[in-house]
Amino acid sequence: MPRVTSVDIESANETVADRILRSQPVLVGVAPAADVIPGMQPNLILHAGPPIDWPRMSGPLRGAVIGGLIFEGLAADEHSAVAMVEAGAVAFAPCHHYQTVGPMAGVTTASMPVYVIENRAYGNRAFSNLNEGYGKVLRYGAYGEDVLTRLRWLRDVFAPSAHRALEHLGGLDMKNMIAQQIQMGDEGHNRNRAGSAMFARVLAPHLAHIASGEPLASVLAYLAENDLAILNPVMAACKATMDAAAGVEGSTVVTCMARNGTDFGIRVSGLGERWFTAPAEVPVGLFFPGFSQADANPDIGDSTITETAGIGAFAMAAAPAIVKFVGGSPAMALESTLEMYEITVTENPAYGIPQLDFRGTPTGIDVRKVIKTGITPRVNTGIAHHQPGIGQVGAGLVRPPLACFEQALEAFAERYLP
Amino acid sequence: MTGESRLIVRSIIKPSAYFDSVTLMLMQRDVRSLPGVAEAGVVMGTAANKELLRDAGLMTAEIDVSRSDDLILSVAAETEEAATHALARAEELLLRRPPPASGSAYRPKTIASAVRQLPGANVALISVPGRFAAGVAREALDAQLHVMLFSDNVSLEDERALKAIAAGRGLLLMGPDCGTAIVSGAGLGFANRVRPGTIGVVGAAGTGMQVVTSLIHRAGAGISQALGTGSRDLSGTIGGTSALSALSVLAADPATDVIVLISKPPDPQVGALLLAAAQRTEKPAVVVFVGATVPAGGGLHPAATLDEAARAAVRLATGTEPVLAEPRALPAQEAARLAPTQRYIRGLYGGGTLCYEALVLLARYVGPVHSNTPLTPSAALPSATRSMFHTVLDMGADELMVGRLHPMIDSDLRIQRLLREADDPETAVLLLDVVLGYAANPDPSRDLAPAIEEARHRAAAGGRWLPVVVTLCGTDDDPQNFQAQTDTLAEAGAIVETAHSDAVRLAGLIAEATGSHGAPYRAGSIAPAADAALSDASQIAASLLAGAPRVINVGLGLFEESLRAQGVEVLSVDWQPPAGGKQKYIDLLNKLDA
Repeated sequence: MPRVTSVDIESANETVADRILRSQPVLVGVAPAADVIPGMQPNLILHAGPPIDWPRMSGPLRGAVIGGLIFEGLAADEHSAVAMVEAGAVAFAPCHHYQTVGPMAGVTTASMPVYVIENRAYGNRAFSNLNEGYGKVLRYGAYGEDVLTRLRWLRDVFAPSAHRALEHLGGLDMKNMIAQQIQMGDEGHNRNRAGSAMFARVLAPHLAHIASGEPLASVLAYLAENDLAILNPVMAACKATMDAAAGVEGSTVVTCMARNGTDFGIRVSGLGERWFTAPAEVPVGLFFPGFSQADANPDIGDSTITETAGIGAFAMAAAPAIVKFVGGSPAMALESTLEMYEITVTENPAYGIPQLDFRGTPTGIDVRKVIKTGITPRVNTGIAHHQPGIGQVGAGLVRPPLACFEQALEAFAERYLP
Repeated sequence: MTGESRLIVRSIIKPSAYFDSVTLMLMQRDVRSLPGVAEAGVVMGTAANKELLRDAGLMTAEIDVSRSDDLILSVAAETEEAATHALARAEELLLRRPPPASGSAYRPKTIASAVRQLPGANVALISVPGRFAAGVAREALDAQLHVMLFSDNVSLEDERALKAIAAGRGLLLMGPDCGTAIVSGAGLGFANRVRPGTIGVVGAAGTGMQVVTSLIHRAGAGISQALGTGSRDLSGTIGGTSALSALSVLAADPATDVIVLISKPPDPQVGALLLAAAQRTEKPAVVVFVGATVPAGGGLHPAATLDEAARAAVRLATGTEPVLAEPRALPAQEAARLAPTQRYIRGLYGGGTLCYEALVLLARYVGPVHSNTPLTPSAALPSATRSMFHTVLDMGADELMVGRLHPMIDSDLRIQRLLREADDPETAVLLLDVVLGYAANPDPSRDLAPAIEEARHRAAAGGRWLPVVVTLCGTDDDPQNFQAQTDTLAEAGAIVETAHSDAVRLAGLIAEATGSHGAPYRAGSIAPAADAALSDASQIAASLLAGAPRVINVGLGLFEESLRAQGVEVLSVDWQPPAGGKQKYIDLLNKLDA
């Protein structure tokens, strides 16, 4: 077939694949968002997913926004927070527009501490807020006093300690970390237990140098109890990797997938900063006692950056402990990963899957392959209650709407076909 | 049918579910055979299919509003219970998946990942619907696979482009519309089980290749390779690209001593090139251009019929005259038993090449024969559904197959027609073919023998003796059991011939005895071109003929099963139409090189 596009898609995608594989994300520190995120403003609230305005926000995101405003001291309570938003005094933007990612609601405000990732191969940075642990947490839309207390502890105790420990350590190579996770039963999205344990092990001796007594004990307890501690640095590492691959003229590779609880949005390397959105699906999964599918909010969070970068559900074969999400057997987990090779442009040799003879994880979703095969990317995800403040009700699987990819393909054709 | 008005019609619509039509038709056959079921339809909801359902009394309100990408299950049954049961059974059949091949349970969705899963894969067997076939073939060529493209309805433009890609990559493209091949002992598509040997075949005619390879086996010799080219390869537009490649492969193949070239009359210039290339192989080449003549000499051994080609090849390969079965009936005796109204031959063929050869061979006994695929336009039947004078039909032609499986798999339509011809007092002799082998009907005589018996009974009830002459193409090693098929057909009163020309001669002589007369048909003569080069096919030969093929199957599950039965490594792609069949996105993907 004669090539009719004005660019060479294959070589553009090779460039993108090369940038993904060569990226070297390193966790270098923890700092207040306002200090490190370029353009961060006191009244700016960053949120997960594609752009959305207040009236269309789902319960968990609204709750997190309210909590964020109270945390910042901009509002005293829910009523004044809502009034402030409705008066137009609050600016909203996707985390993704600020080199940032956040799980679930993803709400990030100016004084919140963020992990700082440096992509040493390309010089770009990415950020992610800190994981609060389980139960009633801001990322699921809770904003009670206990939630705010925990956020303040993260800001005042954990963040400075972790920052100094990381400085002392000289930075944590996240590529190496993820590679080890994959070999230890994590897929980096729904399961981060091995990675979080390693995170604690790596930081502990350095923490001991810079802290002691109750503060040290509380930091170590946080690391010991939170199986998701490493999720946020992993997400930021994926973000730093995919940002380096963004903006390559003529590439059909997806560089961002994210959800705000209402819409699912994707961005494509060769199509700049444009979002292609469609209504988010409700994840299907397993529920905590007392909850059911009827409680589930539509898909939410930036954590799909993991799948975008080739881990998470794409590395499902590596995580036998959570195969219940994909039907119960390791063989089904294997199939989940094998299916993703059908829609990706490369394999990441840094992330070898033991169960597949150390074959690299499927990496770099090609919009064309998604449309051609009808196979949409698999996503592992936590499931939020649709009412703010209740928290996580389960975990499971979801796929982005095919419509996002259809729009992207049409836009690509408009842009590149004569 | 009696009591038709009391039938209960029930349907189920499965939205956006794609299945290939052969799978659906096999399912339809199974559902139709359930107790209490009068008729069943399992089809996609296209306008044409809805029309078929309406005609079959299978229409319901929900079918009327279904969409073309919806799957329709519909049954007409004697009772509500039978209808419910049949629909439940149909749903069950839909969900049935072939057991995974050994090793991984994953069913690859694309050729690229199938190749990864079946290391050493070297051939893709593609039988997806025509409008998607070229795209799938391109993917296979991109994955450096030789391709047997069974699908038809591929545009000439695509055929030419695909063949150019194949040539550029050192690959052989057999097809489109290639039904038969034997590669290093493995029968691909419709093929008979034949012994390995020294005779290599290149054919643009599927059943022609089956007839010749089966007869070679029956005569005690064997086949090295049988490479198909597709029905249009020897047209002026395509120029014989695949046939020339295949000839070069046989020239390079040390296992091949004798070559057989099989085709309907090719484009004269292409035929001339092909003959010259055959001479360049420096191996003796038997040529049968059914209907067209070829001068002998320079290594070329022309044959007038498929049978003669098989005999000539065996003679060249073994140095001895092959012993083949003698004709089994005496035409004069048969003719003497006919009633005065019985004057015409009625032929109902499943094999396209055999039908063509029958038209050619019958001309000398009865003159031009009417057909839906006539030798000359003046012999075209006004309607394929009604025979007139001498008529020989290709029952596998599109207009007779709408919504049905090929007669080589499903005999229903042919049996209906057989009974109609038997009721016609002008029918003097019935001429049928039965082709055995892999992927063909697993027991054709089971359906056909009772029908032949009934046909002869009906004629007898009208005071007529009705000779039924059957050409049985196959070998003792075919899965259907050749001898059992012969016996069953003979017990039903058929005269069974293994050589097609014997069967046709018998019918022709019977018709001649009842007053018909004709003259030999001549489609002209083709001589080798003065200069032709034989391309270097060592690359193709090395990758295609190195041991038993390892096959990626895309399309009919039937072909996977038959390859597995032969012990051939095969992996099927869990194929779905690109972009769910949405043309808008298919067009975009084509432009974006995907």
